[in-house]
Amino acid sequence: MDSANNRRLAARLQQLVFVGPATLFFTLIVIVPFLLSIYYAFTNWNGVTSTITWVGFDNYKQIIMEDEGFRTSFWFTARYTIAAVFFTNLVGFLLALLLTQALKTSNFLRTIFFLPNVIGGLLLGFIWSFIFVKGFAAVGELTNIGFFQLPWLGTSATAFWGIVIVTVWQLSGYLMVIYIAAIMNVPKELLEAARIDGATRLQLLRSIIVPLIMPAVTVCLFLTISWSFKVFDLNLSLTKGGPFGSTESVALNIYQEAFRNNRYGVGTAKALIFFIIVATITMLQVYFTKKKEVEA
Amino acid sequence: MKERIRYTPRLFGLEVLGLLIGLIFLIPFYFVGINSVKSFGDLLNNAAGWPAEFRLDNYTRVWDIMRFPRAFTNSFLITVFSNIGLIVISSMAAYRMVRNPSRFNMILLFLFVSAMVIPFQSIMIPLVKVASELNLMNSIWGLVIAYFGFGVSLNIFLFHGFIKSIPKEIEESAVVDGCSPYGVFWRIVFPLLKPMTVTIVLLNSLWIWNDFLLPLLFLYDPELRTIPLATYSFFGQYTKQWDLALAGLVMGITPIIIFFLLMQKHIIAGITAGSVKG
Repeated sequence: MDSANNRRLAARLQQLVFVGPATLFFTLIVIVPFLLSIYYAFTNWNGVTSTITWVGFDNYKQIIMEDEGFRTSFWFTARYTIAAVFFTNLVGFLLALLLTQALKTSNFLRTIFFLPNVIGGLLLGFIWSFIFVKGFAAVGELTNIGFFQLPWLGTSATAFWGIVIVTVWQLSGYLMVIYIAAIMNVPKELLEAARIDGATRLQLLRSIIVPLIMPAVTVCLFLTISWSFKVFDLNLSLTKGGPFGSTESVALNIYQEAFRNNRYGVGTAKALIFFIIVATITMLQVYFTKKKEVEA
Repeated sequence: MKERIRYTPRLFGLEVLGLLIGLIFLIPFYFVGINSVKSFGDLLNNAAGWPAEFRLDNYTRVWDIMRFPRAFTNSFLITVFSNIGLIVISSMAAYRMVRNPSRFNMILLFLFVSAMVIPFQSIMIPLVKVASELNLMNSIWGLVIAYFGFGVSLNIFLFHGFIKSIPKEIEESAVVDGCSPYGVFWRIVFPLLKPMTVTIVLLNSLWIWNDFLLPLLFLYDPELRTIPLATYSFFGQYTKQWDLALAGLVMGITPIIIFFLLMQKHIIAGITAGSVKG
């Protein structure tokens, strides 16, 4: 039957026209490199010569047994992620609580708190390298407060907290926006009823607001965990991984391994380990916080 | 019955607290702005205070050294073209997946969405290889195509959620009137997607405009530098020249700040909508 054939052809064509382009670009840019990385991780590819030899698990052995730089960068990234996730969510949530009070300046303050977020990590890092080196020193001279007189980017401990401070400054405004939306969704009657029953502000917060905004917590934790794990721009422009490689993130370590040392094989093996860890942690987190979500 | 909230002393206290925190958030901008108009000597002696004299020649010098108009144009073209392409291909794909949920399309959707957990750094090394095989390196078009690949996941996901809420009846009457499937999509469905399209364009723009690592890997010709790349190489050359470096930073952040202030209502609404769906 001709018309049935034609219709099937037309349907095929539609599928191709509508879904084809997106699938093509996605396959070329994401899927093919992803599959290739699984292969390259088992080779000694250096990105220059065309001979690529299979080396089995050698890359992985080397990374786990010998590569101290990678271990340091992992340890740094893990500590950084914990600190950044905790403080950005805490500050973001507190700012949201503040701005959901009936303040006259709520909208104005929301703009200000969100503002750092629209600037890219690279430029933010440069801005803060000036603040830490010159700005804090100047304030320290004027006020004699010890906090401002620390050699911020000079020691590994202060450089670590320096990066955390910039992260909180950059990201808490974004989380604040999500938390504000969640807090506004808490039914007013519920809060009113609890207040009539004599609940204190702290009890309202702990027993009503926090449990009801758990979906927002799931989203915010997911976002901050994956952002902090992948941190790159900020490290590069603020500390360049220093002092002595103590603030080198995993992403920066992978980049250097491949594009500075030309060890593409080892680099892809690291990248694959990185992928597995990020995917596992974010999925576990979503699974566990989803269980805590409740209905109003 | 709407109860009016009284402006209590407690609220006033919180108001003051909020303004103080706001001030802390703005201080970095103050430092960078005020020092970008000082002479180098003035900056070293007095980084916190008001400038001895306002000098704009830091800016005129950096404008030329950074080749700011060039970098701005590159960033602008990359952002605009990536957005146009992404909106076209992802709205079409999402539409087809909603209206024709075959097994194949469902698997495809699952692939698009689950790829969002792949960190960019995990695939960047082979990506450079693939991109040079395909002749995408060192060209604005190549970079735009890479943004198509990285952007479709989130864009399809957001469009998919939105299209599901559009009743099918509107389209059916158009089909009866003899409209082709392409006509139905472009003339009837696409205009209805406008709120989501605005959200997606804003999210894409902030991401692409600020992105650093992908352009760093793709573009090596100085002519093609985007604003983050130009700032990066400029900082490499003028590390301790804070007077020039700060003027460069102010120029680098100004376009995106203006964009944010103009569009902030939509940006904040977009983030809220995007996160609730996510």
